[in-house]
Amino acid sequence: MTAEATIDRVVTAATPFEDAFRTLIEGDGAEAPSQIQSLRSAAFDAFRRLGFPTTKNEDWHFTSVAPIVEHDYLHITTPSGDVRRAALTPFLFGRSEWHTLVFVNGRYAAELSNTSGLPKGVKLLDLRRAWREAPQLTEQLGRITRYDDHAFTALNTAFMHDGAVLRVDADVEVEMPIHLLFVTDAVAAKSMMHPRNLIAVGRHAKATVIESYVSLSDAVYFTNAVTEVSVADGATLHHYKMQREGMRAFHVGTIETKQARDSHYISFSFATGGSLTRTNIYTSLDGEGCGATLNGLYMLDGEQHCDHQTMIEHTQPNCFSRELYKGVLDGQSHGVFNGKVYVDPIAQKTDGKQTNNTLLLSDKAQIDTKPQLEIFADDVKCTHGATVGRLDEQALFYMKSRGVSRQLARELLTYAFAADVLETIEQTSVREELERMTLRRFTTVADER
Amino acid sequence: MSLLEIRGLTASVGDKPILRGIDLTVNAGEVHAVMGPNGSGKSTLAQVLAGNPAYEVTGGSISYKGQDLLEMEPEARAQAGIFLAFQYPVEIPGVSNAYFLRAAYNEVRKARGEGEVDPLEFADIMEEKLAFVDMDPGMLSRSVNTGFSGGEKKRNEILQLAVLEPSLAILDETDSGLDIDALRTVADGVNKLRSADRSFIVVTHYQRLLNYIVPDFVHVLAGGRIVKSGGKELALALEEKGYDWLTEGEPAGVNA
Repeated sequence: MTAEATIDRVVTAATPFEDAFRTLIEGDGAEAPSQIQSLRSAAFDAFRRLGFPTTKNEDWHFTSVAPIVEHDYLHITTPSGDVRRAALTPFLFGRSEWHTLVFVNGRYAAELSNTSGLPKGVKLLDLRRAWREAPQLTEQLGRITRYDDHAFTALNTAFMHDGAVLRVDADVEVEMPIHLLFVTDAVAAKSMMHPRNLIAVGRHAKATVIESYVSLSDAVYFTNAVTEVSVADGATLHHYKMQREGMRAFHVGTIETKQARDSHYISFSFATGGSLTRTNIYTSLDGEGCGATLNGLYMLDGEQHCDHQTMIEHTQPNCFSRELYKGVLDGQSHGVFNGKVYVDPIAQKTDGKQTNNTLLLSDKAQIDTKPQLEIFADDVKCTHGATVGRLDEQALFYMKSRGVSRQLARELLTYAFAADVLETIEQTSVREELERMTLRRFTTVADER
Repeated sequence: MSLLEIRGLTASVGDKPILRGIDLTVNAGEVHAVMGPNGSGKSTLAQVLAGNPAYEVTGGSISYKGQDLLEMEPEARAQAGIFLAFQYPVEIPGVSNAYFLRAAYNEVRKARGEGEVDPLEFADIMEEKLAFVDMDPGMLSRSVNTGFSGGEKKRNEILQLAVLEPSLAILDETDSGLDIDALRTVADGVNKLRSADRSFIVVTHYQRLLNYIVPDFVHVLAGGRIVKSGGKELALALEEKGYDWLTEGEPAGVNA
């Protein structure tokens, strides 16, 4: 009892955040509209009540957030850092013409962003400008996520101060992807960032959004991002999350989506950076005829810990969901995959499929994989499967017997393992970039598959 | 100097001795057939030459172009000109045949101090090589051996042989599982690749293949040793009389 009580006190200690919160609401944060101010306060109350999750919490069983909690972080509320345009090149998929909002150390950087040429019917702006100039665009904030029982979402909501707001009007098809690029440099050391994004895709509209989280230093810092998404009737959103933060960074990123009738939400989460990272991707299929595709790839090495939790809620009949997550784990890395699928009693004819495959490249790498299906309807088709394997020794020998070096053979087989999930990426530049990263040491023949 | 000199070679799989003292010399341009009943060690010999780590060499020596072959990694052997056409080619889903072939081709070229070729140059080379084995160019874009028929897999092995242009090619039961038409195609490919500076070791269970690929020498392997060597007529005698007349009175495990 005593030990438990002690643990609880440590991890629920909100004290270091109290000062930062007071500084925000009394300082730079005071400019936010009054309903945002109340939302922040309600969320901070929720965070105080919830505290950080322990591994006793079913949703955090395989991931201890202690390494995140044991640091004190400064909340950066003013522009900082020294990031030049050229430094961003490696993260732009070779496509600097895309509509891009850049955030440096958590704050919008207009001079690095590119919002020219946005089609009519598309609004893309930073959160603070939206609060000033178009507060109606931010009315949905806090209505999609559930901060009252998610500590990190509560923390983000309390500290929300910057981020991206995107609205695509009905029937508009945005041809070029919209890239939200969150970059940190050495100035981010010992600080925390709580990016808050809001994406609304109108009826029969179509868009592609990429959220990138990248570092230009190996500083210890904490990103705690939340993105709220609504996809209206018959709309389609391709949503890519690219997490390539520094090897000492902490990252918690939550995406919560609400889908209306006949909408399609196609998500891909790529995670390769950070020391301790957690990605939550939740979607709720709230109308008939929806489809959700949640795919992902995580590639880890060293002592990295990377956790993905997905939740697909089938609340209406005749929807489908497809989920394929793959992990490549080297060194002493630890991967976690928890895929939840909930099927409401009225969600008849639900068609769901979930797969998690892991390739272990070393004896010390570890994966915890946990499918979690809760099905309350009786006329549904839901399957799940998980595999864990190593590189095929026969295939390695076969390739080496053709003169291919051990290193290249390993890379090719690793690439081959990841290939089918990468092939699901529709956006060519993103797919090619990820293929290159999967084959990162394989430079001479990477232009052809 | 001979291309390949095998002396007193012994090898095991796990604790089980398979090769019990092999002596074999292959000179440049020669074609040697190695025949023998099931379990005689034919495939083991082929795998050991290519450096398969599943087989442990317990004694003897192999000299290839004057180098100690047993000290070399499988990829170094391949780069030095040894090629094994597998009895059971391995499927590699997700890696295209073209990609794999060019990777292998460039690795071998690099080892020979030659420059790498780009996809366009390689496409030209492939056009010529595909004709050798009468192979559909569509096979190049498929994953290596994945979903290939038995004949397609063997053809693919010969295609790789044609591309990598080894000094010593070892064909491990390339005829197994082939119908007569596929066998002819494969044998034609091999015959076109015969030259004064390329040697072959053709491992087979049946004499039939040797009607198409006519060997200079035939060796009979039994109980892990070569029990008889001769010219191509030996293969015909084997076809007629079977292996028993050679292996009778030759208890396994006795070293000559």
